[in-house]
Amino acid sequence: MTMLKQTITIFVSIFLLAMPLLAMQPPTGAAQEGFVPIDQLPPSEQLPAAPLLITAYAFVWVLLMVYLWSIAKRLGKVETEIQSLQRRSAGSGR
Amino acid sequence: MKGQYFLPLFALTTAMFAAAPFVIANAPYESTMLLVQKIFYFHVPSWFVMFSAIFISGIYSVIYLVKGDRKADQIAAAAAEIAVIFGVMGLVTGPLWGRKAWGVWWQWDAKLTMALLLEMIFLGYQLVRRYGGPGSDKMSAALAVFGMVNVPFVYWSVNIWRTVHPKTSVVPTLGPGMFGAFWFSVLSFMLLFSLLLTLRLRLERQRAVLDELYLAEEP
Repeated sequence: MTMLKQTITIFVSIFLLAMPLLAMQPPTGAAQEGFVPIDQLPPSEQLPAAPLLITAYAFVWVLLMVYLWSIAKRLGKVETEIQSLQRRSAGSGR
Repeated sequence: MKGQYFLPLFALTTAMFAAAPFVIANAPYESTMLLVQKIFYFHVPSWFVMFSAIFISGIYSVIYLVKGDRKADQIAAAAAEIAVIFGVMGLVTGPLWGRKAWGVWWQWDAKLTMALLLEMIFLGYQLVRRYGGPGSDKMSAALAVFGMVNVPFVYWSVNIWRTVHPKTSVVPTLGPGMFGAFWFSVLSFMLLFSLLLTLRLRLERQRAVLDELYLAEEP
């Protein structure tokens, strides 16, 4: 019994000691141990400004054109309806 | 606006908008934000127009609520729609600038959140007017007054609360190259605003004529 207890104790101790080794993961590439400063970002990492500027400028133009078209369309519809009503009332002698 | 002024103003505005990209391109780069800062030249003027449109809408809404003048209501409705358009412009160009300058598209800080709420008030104005039924003109006029009161809070929020947005001191301290380009853009946008308001007001007036014709047809 003493022998069995000693054997179990040895195995549990080895298992517990081995746990940190088993828990070790392969390195991820992320800076976990420490940060290394650099002066400038590599070009591949920089967010380009030109697409943002062009998108903003294009959006302004497209929005204005769509709005102008929308006013012209609504105005055309109302004026057509006015003319039609005026013709109808003139035809009925009112 | 009388018809004789419309075409020259239209030509001038078109010429200024055609020249604006060159004027903006020739303006100096800002030292920290560089190229993306050039969004400033149409982001800020779009808010200037929005605020002007809101003041016009708000003041004419007060006149309509007090005197019941239908023409005042037409002007208020036309200006309110333009406020929504230029608000969308500001709310889209701002995040495109912020993505590069701040590293995020949006921050829920005082300035940005209040600007979004202002836009939502005037979207609400459009919805009330479109679907509110009888009496919606007065309800929407009250909304315009509420929105107008909100404008100073949006404008000065950057000076009152801590925010990532640039302060109001930026414009008065612009350097020589930036100053000219900025006010050129503002003038172009304000001319455009006057043209759009003229067109949109014509639509409101023609709608009123149409309503009168339909009422006259009723037995």
